[in-house]
Amino acid sequence: METLLAIIVGVLFGAGVYLMLRRTPVKLVIGLALLSNAVNLLIFTAAGLTRARPPLVPVDALRPEGVTADPLPQALILTAIVISFGLLAFTLVLFRRAYEVLGTRDIDEMQGGGP
Amino acid sequence: MLWSVLAGFILAPLALLPAGPAARWRGWFQALLPLGLTLYFLGRLGAVAGGQVLIAHQSWVPGLGVDLAFYLDGLSLLFALLITGVGTLVMAYAGAYLHGHPQQGRFFFWLTLFMASMLGLVLAGNVLTLFIFWELTSLTSFFLIGFDHQREAARQAAMQALLVTALGGAALLAGLLVLGQAAGGYDFATFLSRGEVLRAHPWYLAGLLLVLGGAFTKSAQVPFHFWLPSAMEAPTPVSAYLHSVTMVKAGVYLLARLHPVLGGTPAWFWLLTGFGGATLLTGAWLALRQSDMKRILAYTTVSALGGLVLLLGVGSEAALHAALVYLLAHALYKGALFLTAGAVDHAAGSRDVNQLRGLARPLPLLAAAATAAALSMAGLPPLLGFLAKEALYRAALAAPVAGLLTALAWTSGVLLVAAALLLVARPFFAAPRTPRADLHAPTPALWLGPLLLAGGGLLCGLAPGLVNRPLLAAAGAAVTGGPPVPLDLALWHGVDAVLLLGLLTLAAGVALYVNLGRLARVPALWRGAPGWGTARLYELGVAALYGLARRQTRILQSGYLRHYILTLVGFAVGLTALTLVSRGLSPSLPGLAELRLFEGAVALMILCGALFAVFSPSRLSAVVAMGTIGYGVALIFVEFGAPDLAMTQFVIETMTVILFVLSIHRLPTYLPRSSRLVQGRDALLAIAAGGLMTLLMLLVLEAGGGSRVAEFFAEQTWPAAHGRDIVNVILVDFRAMDTLGEIAVLTLAGVGVHALLRLRSKAGEN
Repeated sequence: METLLAIIVGVLFGAGVYLMLRRTPVKLVIGLALLSNAVNLLIFTAAGLTRARPPLVPVDALRPEGVTADPLPQALILTAIVISFGLLAFTLVLFRRAYEVLGTRDIDEMQGGGP
Repeated sequence: MLWSVLAGFILAPLALLPAGPAARWRGWFQALLPLGLTLYFLGRLGAVAGGQVLIAHQSWVPGLGVDLAFYLDGLSLLFALLITGVGTLVMAYAGAYLHGHPQQGRFFFWLTLFMASMLGLVLAGNVLTLFIFWELTSLTSFFLIGFDHQREAARQAAMQALLVTALGGAALLAGLLVLGQAAGGYDFATFLSRGEVLRAHPWYLAGLLLVLGGAFTKSAQVPFHFWLPSAMEAPTPVSAYLHSVTMVKAGVYLLARLHPVLGGTPAWFWLLTGFGGATLLTGAWLALRQSDMKRILAYTTVSALGGLVLLLGVGSEAALHAALVYLLAHALYKGALFLTAGAVDHAAGSRDVNQLRGLARPLPLLAAAATAAALSMAGLPPLLGFLAKEALYRAALAAPVAGLLTALAWTSGVLLVAAALLLVARPFFAAPRTPRADLHAPTPALWLGPLLLAGGGLLCGLAPGLVNRPLLAAAGAAVTGGPPVPLDLALWHGVDAVLLLGLLTLAAGVALYVNLGRLARVPALWRGAPGWGTARLYELGVAALYGLARRQTRILQSGYLRHYILTLVGFAVGLTALTLVSRGLSPSLPGLAELRLFEGAVALMILCGALFAVFSPSRLSAVVAMGTIGYGVALIFVEFGAPDLAMTQFVIETMTVILFVLSIHRLPTYLPRSSRLVQGRDALLAIAAGGLMTLLMLLVLEAGGGSRVAEFFAEQTWPAAHGRDIVNVILVDFRAMDTLGEIAVLTLAGVGVHALLRLRSKAGEN
């Protein structure tokens, strides 16, 4: 499975980069979403895959029994998922606003009087 | 001694306080500090004349072996007295000169800072301390030249002075470090006693050239002289103080200080006499082509600085002594002349020697000061300038290449006589074409400075004993490296070659002045192509620098988002691939054997989603594909023991899709596809990036994963944090600060989203 996940990460990454290089705003945002998924999956896999139990402490025990999945990368990824949602939502609304104000659907033309 | 330097730095901000109605007394008030310091240094005369060297040490950066060390011997004392003494007069003068100027406080702030820096420079007892104060003088000089920052010319002159002196400063630092390493110590106590070692050291020439780079730029030697006349954009008190009496002499000070250690070699002799001689002559010649008093004075200052460097280069005892007399004489007459020029400008509204006439009658005190100073500059007895000129001739006649040096000195002497006449003869003594009633009489602060300085020149000429044994002899000991010997400062030596030379100088100078008008009509002499020389080189260099900046900005900062992404990803991929190839790493393919059907199906779902997202022609189906990928990732989380992640991912992915669908009718539709070439380029980069990520990940997997703190969390989650879901406990307890930051970021994003949406609805209402 690790090899397969490595390929998935590569494909998602490549697709994300390709979409981010397009000039249509929607494609860029979708590319961003794919990229963040790819990165989350990368951390998850790189930390070591295990089909073992989730990292939970049973009700009447002091510590988890036997082998469990590593909780630390999970905590990091959880943070990353939420943050990337915030980023995505903001980017989406920003492009929507830019489209309304500037009236162009081309990122190249969205320079707003800059250099 | 430490406090005499620090006082200026500490008290300078006082000048920024609003003075209110007391503003008219500000100049006098500001003069109190230099006056106090003058008295302090006068009090040290006795000890220093007795051959004592006063040393103060203050540990500063002990880790680097850099101390704030101060060192007061005859040479330092001579400079310190010039800095504080002339400083006192200039401060009082500036109060009247800038009377009513709204930025007066700022001016005094920088002037006081400059004075303190300059004092630090000449009192430094360690080559590194010296360098720091050296740079501080360049910096404060920048602010003072650019004081009238509304004027383009002032800004450019300030920038020019800063660039030239700072480049020299960089060379100086390198040179001092090289020499310090060679000498085995940066403190003057060791540094100045290692002359033998240094002169024989293989790094000697490199160190000397670098140090000269610093000294020659600071002291405006040809070919770096061009910044000094430009710096005349500064207010006149600054020109008088920085650009004739003190800062431009810093290079001369440095050379004088280093003479006992570095001097006496052929390289020293030829470099210093060569550049000094060229400067001596060039400055004096260019001075005659000016009509602005300040520019005439600037070029004669260049000439004098050249003369000083020349004398230090010759290096005989007579030459070194001559340099000291010349230094003092020049400071007195040039300071007086500069201050007079400013006062004349203030009173008559012009500094043009071709337009000013007959000022002696309305401005008698200034005329007296200017005349005495100009006569000193021309080298007439009984002024100190006469003694300086005689000493110069005497040293030149006894030097190794006597003929050449004497000719140089004599020619520049003739030119200086003409320049002195140019400065005072017509402006003060010619009959005025029309009587001027509009002159306003200068206040005492304006004539006191020039009068005292010019009077000082007369007094020292009449009674050289006043300064000889207590001051100049001790300074001479520091420069020659020998015992203090009183200088030969007699007004009358009998009829000899030097006297004859002097008389010839005067006669030729007067003749030159009388024929100046005729000479000016020869265009080849007068207009001498302004298109060449280092000033032009500087302009070209600065223009090239700006051009380079513009071009590289245009290439790197195209303003197109795609180009930035392209550059970033391209470089990341290229450099990583280079590392991988150079290390010769190749991965294995783990985990393929134990692939389950369910997992394979999920993987297929994600891959199809990715391809669909890229190739779908419709926005909506691309969004659906994105959602599919997200759910696929969530399923992987479920499979590998991460229910928290899976739940979060499901929720977030659903919200993302909803957000997209809600917004999509307000978002632009797809553009037509890019050209095949662009598509191909992007696809190539994307495939390279994706392939590299796959490769990297396989390599990482080979190295083995897993966090080392997993065991800690397993142990502590229940006893320490009373939670059963370890991931949650990490987020809200062990890494709570991190989560707080995340919440803050999310809140900000939420506020941003809200604001952008509100903005739209308001615009819609209007």
